[in-house]
This record gives sequence, structure tokens and C-alpha cells, in this order.
Amino acid sequence: MSHITQAPLDRLPVALAPTQSVTLHINGQDHTLQIAPWTTLLDALREYLDLTGTKKGCDHGQCGACTVLVDGKRINSCLSLAVMQEGSEIQTIEGLGTEENLHPLQQAFIDHDAFQCGYCTPGQICSAQGLLNEGKARTEAEVRELMSGNLCRCGAYPNILSAVMEVLTNEESGTKNLKPKEDVGQWAAGATKPDMAPVEPAK
Amino acid sequence: MTLQTDYIGKPTSRIDGPAKVLGTAKYAAEFNVPNLLYGHVVSSPIAKGKITKINADPVLALPGVHQVFSHENVPSLAWLDRSYKDDVAPGGSPFRPLHKPEIRFSQQPVALVVADTFELARYAASILEIEYEEEAHETELTQHIDEAFEPGRGKTGYQPPKSRGNFGRGWEQGVAHVEANYSHHAQHHNPMEMFATTVEWLGDKKLNVYDKTQGAFNSQQYIMKIFGLSKDEARVISKYTGGGFGSGLRPQHQLFLAVLASLELQRSVRVSLTRQQMFSFGHRPETLQHVALATAEDGSLTGINHFAVAETSQFEDFTENVVGWSGTLYDCKNVKLGYRLSKLDVYTPLDMRAPGAASGSIALEIAMDEMAYAAGLDPLEFRIRNYSDFDQAQNLPYSSKNLRACYREGAAKFGWDQRTPEPGSMRDGNLLVGWGMGGGIWDAQKQPALAKVSLDADGHLTVSSGSNDIGTGTYTIMTQIAAESMGLPIEAVTFVLGDTELPEAPVQGGSWTAASVGTAVQEACAKLGEQLLKQAQKMDHPAFKDAKIDDVQFANGQMRLRSDLTQAVVLRDLVQASGEPKIEAQNSKLPGMVDMIKPPKYSMHAHNAVFVEVKVDPDLMTVHVTRVVNAVAAGRIINPKTARSQVLGSVVWGISSALMEESVMDHRFGRFMNHNYAEYHIPVNADIHNIDVIFVHEEDAEVNPLGIKGLGEVGLLGVAAAVANAIYHATGKRVRDLPVTIDKLL
Repeated sequence: MSHITQAPLDRLPVALAPTQSVTLHINGQDHTLQIAPWTTLLDALREYLDLTGTKKGCDHGQCGACTVLVDGKRINSCLSLAVMQEGSEIQTIEGLGTEENLHPLQQAFIDHDAFQCGYCTPGQICSAQGLLNEGKARTEAEVRELMSGNLCRCGAYPNILSAVMEVLTNEESGTKNLKPKEDVGQWAAGATKPDMAPVEPAK
Repeated sequence: MTLQTDYIGKPTSRIDGPAKVLGTAKYAAEFNVPNLLYGHVVSSPIAKGKITKINADPVLALPGVHQVFSHENVPSLAWLDRSYKDDVAPGGSPFRPLHKPEIRFSQQPVALVVADTFELARYAASILEIEYEEEAHETELTQHIDEAFEPGRGKTGYQPPKSRGNFGRGWEQGVAHVEANYSHHAQHHNPMEMFATTVEWLGDKKLNVYDKTQGAFNSQQYIMKIFGLSKDEARVISKYTGGGFGSGLRPQHQLFLAVLASLELQRSVRVSLTRQQMFSFGHRPETLQHVALATAEDGSLTGINHFAVAETSQFEDFTENVVGWSGTLYDCKNVKLGYRLSKLDVYTPLDMRAPGAASGSIALEIAMDEMAYAAGLDPLEFRIRNYSDFDQAQNLPYSSKNLRACYREGAAKFGWDQRTPEPGSMRDGNLLVGWGMGGGIWDAQKQPALAKVSLDADGHLTVSSGSNDIGTGTYTIMTQIAAESMGLPIEAVTFVLGDTELPEAPVQGGSWTAASVGTAVQEACAKLGEQLLKQAQKMDHPAFKDAKIDDVQFANGQMRLRSDLTQAVVLRDLVQASGEPKIEAQNSKLPGMVDMIKPPKYSMHAHNAVFVEVKVDPDLMTVHVTRVVNAVAAGRIINPKTARSQVLGSVVWGISSALMEESVMDHRFGRFMNHNYAEYHIPVNADIHNIDVIFVHEEDAEVNPLGIKGLGEVGLLGVAAAVANAIYHATGKRVRDLPVTIDKLL
């Protein structure tokens, strides 16, 4: 039998640093918060601004669920303090598209069924937008590699790949918002059949 | 003739897709209710022992800290074990958080610090000084095989696997034999969403509980019994669940802690576990297995012996069906099966995707590959020669079984006939190429479930059932089933789930949701149809005057006479004429219950066959799974689009299990050391290559009227074994301890 002390208090806890005012420019709007200086950008979004589209999957920069765009670059928002992003252009999933006007990536993710539980999805989409901004990825192998900072436990990777490839291809050919390509072969990796057209009730 | 409103079997995009891609779908930790407090959990650093002192005063002195909950100040709660037993609890005495100073597993929650902000709660929890007396713990299964015992029968729900014939004689009759030990380590579900509960305090003990769970009713029952709440006081809501894989079958620590804090402080409280704390509860148990097989001259199996020992906790006996499948999948007269548990100082294991079968199929399907080589047969040909047309374990015919088509279509798509059998005989440039296969079997189950349908005067149908959608596609397929049943356009149907105020449905698990809730929805729709017909008759609609329900069909937004389709009435007109705002119907629970009492007439199962290609670098022994074909026979597929995704995910899980996934216990500390996403390896996008999914044709009128067998588990079976078998084919190295990491190949 041995004695163990968890979190030994050698001295009284330090006085907490006061909260401070932080102004963040998110999705085109300024938000001023009164927060502790060690508040992460992720928690600022989720807990103080109700921008819960950005997800927390590990809080350690290991899963990518918290990916947002800062000045067009994808970052793990859990690894950045909110105070560090004053003056930056922050874009979250909420700033990417709307229900009436989905961003091409959002539409492609639906068309290719590129998610199941949906929890990693906003991070995947923001990461994919960051990948498009970087302009480095051309091939499937490159997209796989450069989308590998975003975990998906449901295992939707083949569909994420085909969704991103579709948008990438459309952007490259300068024909944005093209209809998804027809299937190459039935259930070829990543491909999905087009949905049946909606029907109207008979009068 | 296909009707315009026939949706079953059509690839359909997820109904919940827009909410998920826009980020508007709210998960448990995302309900930012007013005046919310935050709780942070403190976890035990030791695996066994006792708390001797909690120094809470310095923490409570911090401005903004409201309370430190521990065993020292938890109020008197329910006393009996049964109050802590949830629907999925195994036999034993469930763990009660903050109940006693005793520590029974590493990372046991020992305190909850509640503060005004998340930042403060986390900091305050990090400085909570706690003293322990540590005792020696036992966490190493391999050291405790001799103490393994047969789990108690009956009361705990455990049914021992059935042996038959005489294995000893079968072994002697064989001309070729294989016998080996197989093992895999503990695995953690690790859904992307961490477990969290937001409790909204509505005053006077009335709570809205937003919980991460696979079953809102299970969470509700749990907190009602422990905290003495009424159904009305304990409403549990779970509209979106960021993955489950079994982890949400049982209520987890944070639910108890959040409700406790809310009731005590009379405030709204959120408690989220950290990714590290996601390793503090249930997991797929480490399992050690032994398989012996013998074959006659013609390659027929003369004996199967499958024995498994798995870990469980000191306080509950978690059991799963690891070896039973080995008595069903192949034809063999002499089968000997055994299953034992060994108690360790760990938390109770928990069902994890294809519980039992995933583990058992690793051993059986690698052994089958070894047996095929020993018998000089192609692994596919060997399985076909031992095809089971009759369930010998249950002594029942199969309601349907089209595994033959899985073999045929899977092999054709993969190009299996091009395989040369010798290990190391296939190459792609410098790379060693290996082709392996496997497969499995899973129960087609159905649970009692309720659903309500409500048609309003605008012709919109709302369908509700308190089920869940952990990413399975429940929202979408229930909408399809209801739309087709009532002949309404899919846009005119809304399916609502995940709320204890809705009709009761079982936890989402066991691959039974589609069959259970789907049948309930179909039954409720049938009742609504009868009411609509009555309404038409009340209106003196001449065409329907003497019509029986079988004389009418619902299609294209109308009810019409089958004998004369021009005789039709628009559904919303019927509601409007009724003078009521809506016409409602609910199925009765009875048929499900009666079904369960009746002795089964058929063995009802889904099957799969999976073919895998690996490429191995001969110098570095890095393995890449370059191609997978998974052919699944699972009855009727309601939505091929979401179904395919489910099987794709299963394949990713199988690859993960084969090559990466293991919770590594440091036995000196009795703790899982790789308790984070960086060190608990799962595949990333770059690890996954071509995966083909085939659903073979299978009609089954016996399983349920919709012919659904369920898909959540079956696609995973045999994948890990097929990868290991492919690695053998590529390298000649037979690895029987998963995951197959590079060190085991070098």
C-alpha cells in the first residue's frame, strides 16, 4: 500500500488573471467578448458565441473537428487562444453557406454521403476549403494525404474524398456549381447514384 | 409498377444532411441554455485503493467555483443496485459515481468541480488535491486465465454457447488439422463526439436533459430511478449523436454527474468528458481465443473447437457472444465451444460494434484460412465446401441466407480467380501483394417499438418515435418508409426522434433499429390508413362505401381504389373534411411482445463475405490495404446510399482493428496509456483506398414485413481476419495477435 497525492498543493492556487475584452471578426461580423485570456478560440466560438457548428473532438489538435479558417488558412481552433486572433478574419462553418444557398462543398458532402454522424463534418468541410485555398492538391492521393488531419470515426473517407474531388475538379475546370458527374460504375469507390427527383402530390 | 411515391430501396440523400453540413445540428454539449454552469470531472490516477482526503477548500475559495462534488458530500440517493441498472447493464453491481471512497479502476470519476465558466471549472479541477492509499491492482488478462470462470446463467441474461457432437472424435477423424491461439487487445469506441450532458434546470426539479446516448429512454430510466424523478421531470433529448458504436448504449458518468449537480445547485449544468476520460468507461474487452479445426479428405470440417477468455470488471460480468457463431457459420457435426471471464481491476467492458462477433470472427476466420492452406484448398473453395444450409446450432432452417451470392459476386468483382495460392507469389513491382478473405454472420433482430403518425390538414405527415440516429440513417429511412406507406412525397413527411416525450423505442444497437422502428412506423401508417378510409366512408364517398383496407392503396398523395385507380381522394382533403386539425394513429406494442414469446421457427441472420488486397513493402513491412470488396446479404436494403456508407465505415473499422487499433494498458499503473487520438490509432483518409460494397439480393418475408435484417454490425465481420490473411498471403507471416503492427512482421 502506498500513498499518492493527486495535484499536490504546494502553495495556494495563484490568483486568477482577470477576464479581458477580446474582439473577434467572425463570418464578417465583429463580436466583443469578456473572457479569460486562456480561452481557446474553439471555446470562445462554442461557449460564448453559440457558434456550435465548430466541434470539439479532442481539445488537443489531434482530430481536426474544430477546424476553422483564419485569414483563409485552416487551423485547429482548439490550439489557438481567442486573444491571438484579434484582427484576423475568422470563418466558421456557419459562414460558409446557408440552407437556401449551400456552399459547393456542403452540397457535395450531401450528394456523396460524405458523413454519417455528422460530428466531424464541419471540420472536414472547413479543412477542404482550406485545401482548395492552398491550391496544392490535384490528385486523389494528394487530397487523401492533405485531408488526413481530420479524423472521421464513422469511416466516411471514400465519400469525403469523392466530395472534395468533385468540387476540386469543378473549380479547376472553371465550371463551378456543375451538377455531380454521373456514376462511373455502380458503387465505384466514392460514387453515389443521383437521387430520384422529388415528386409533387397529385391533385 | 413502381409508383411515384415508392421510396423504399431508392438511394436517398440524408434528410439530416443540410443540418449536419451547415453546423446547425445540435449535439448534447451545444445547448447553450441561460445561466449555465460547467462541471469538470476529476479522474482517479490509481486503479485500485481508496481516497483518504479531498482538499476542496482552496478550490471552493476561488471566486466563481460553486461546488466540489465527491463521495464526501453526495446526498442520499437510491440505495438498491437495481436502481442503477440501465437496460443494457450486465449482471452484477453497477458502478455508482461518487458513492464511496474506494477506487475500482483507473480514471474513475472521483470529483466534479462546478464553476461559472468552462475555463474556471477545468482549472479548478486541475488543482483539486486528493490523497489516496493505493493497493495492488490486477489488470493483466494473460496472468489470470486460470481463474477464469463460466459466467452465471439465467439472471444475467447469459446463455452459454451450445456444443454438439463429439469434438474429440471429429478431431481424430480429420486428416488435416490446425490449432492456434489468437488475441486482440482492448479497444475503445471513441466516437468523435465526446460524452456530454447539458441539463437545463426548468425549476422545481423539472429537467430537460440533453444527453449523448444511443437511447434517450435508457438515460431517462436511469436518472428517474437514481434521483427519484418522475417521467415528466426527467425529459431526455438526443436529436443528434456524434457517433456511438455501442458506447452510448449505457448511460455514462457525465449523465449522473450533470443531473446530480443540477438538482443540488438548482441550476443548469453541462458536463463534458475529455478525450482522455473517454477511456474511463466501457470498451471492447481484451479477448484470448483458442481455435482448433480438423478436415476430412474432401475438405469438409470434421471438428471445430473455439474457446475464449475475456476480461470483465470486478463488479459486473460483461458477456458477449464470441464463440457461438463458430457453431453456426459452417457445416460441422462436432463443435465444442467455451467462453469464460476473468475479473480485473478495470471498468466493465461494453458492447462495441459487432460485439462478440467481431472478436470471434478474427479467430475463426484466420483459423479457416490456416485450415484451407493445411487442407490444400483455396480459402473460398474451402468455405463453399463447408457451406451451412441449415442452422445446426439452433436446429432451425434459415429464414433466408444468400451467402453463396456474397461469395460469388464478391469474388467476381474482386477477381479472386486470378489469385495464386503460394505466399509471396504475387507482386506489384517491388511490393508484395496479398489477397485474403473472410466473412461473418450476425443476428437479424427486432425489438418492440412504438411510433406515432399524424397527418395534418396541409397533407403533411409527422412521424415520431423516440429512437436515435447515431449516423446510421434512421431519420432518412424512416422518412422513406412512412412516405411510401402513406403514398406521400418525401418532402411531405417529417420524422422526429430522440426525445422521451415521443413513443418509446429501444436503444439503437444490435443492428435492430431499421427492423424495429421501421416495422412500428409501417404499422402506425397502416392504422392511419384505416382511419382515413373510415373518414372517406363518413363523407359518403361513393367509391369507398364498401371498400375494405385491402381494396385501397396510398400513392401519389391520394387514397385510391385498387380496382379503379381513377377513384381517388387526396389525403389532406380527408383531414380537412374531418373537422379535426389532424388525424393520428399509433401502433400497438403487442405484436412485438407476442413475437418474442413465440418459439422461433427460423434462424434469422445477415451474412457477409469480404475480399481484401494488401501491398506490403518487403523492406519496411509497411502494409497498405489497397482494395476491399465487401458483399453483404442483409435482406432488403431500404436506402442503398446510406447503407453503402454504413458498410464502408465497417470496412474502415475492420482495417483499423487489423492494423492499428489497441488500447495499450501499462500494467504498472493499470491504466490505458494511449488515451488520446494521437496515440490511439485509427485510420485517416490516406489509409483508406478502394472499397466496393455489394448488397446481394435477399428476400425474407419471415424476419419482418419489410424484410430488413439490419446493417450496423455485419459489414465489419471478417474484415480484420481478411486483412491478416492477405498479409499472410503476401509475406508468409501468420500473425494471430491483432493489430498486425510492423514489429510483428519484421
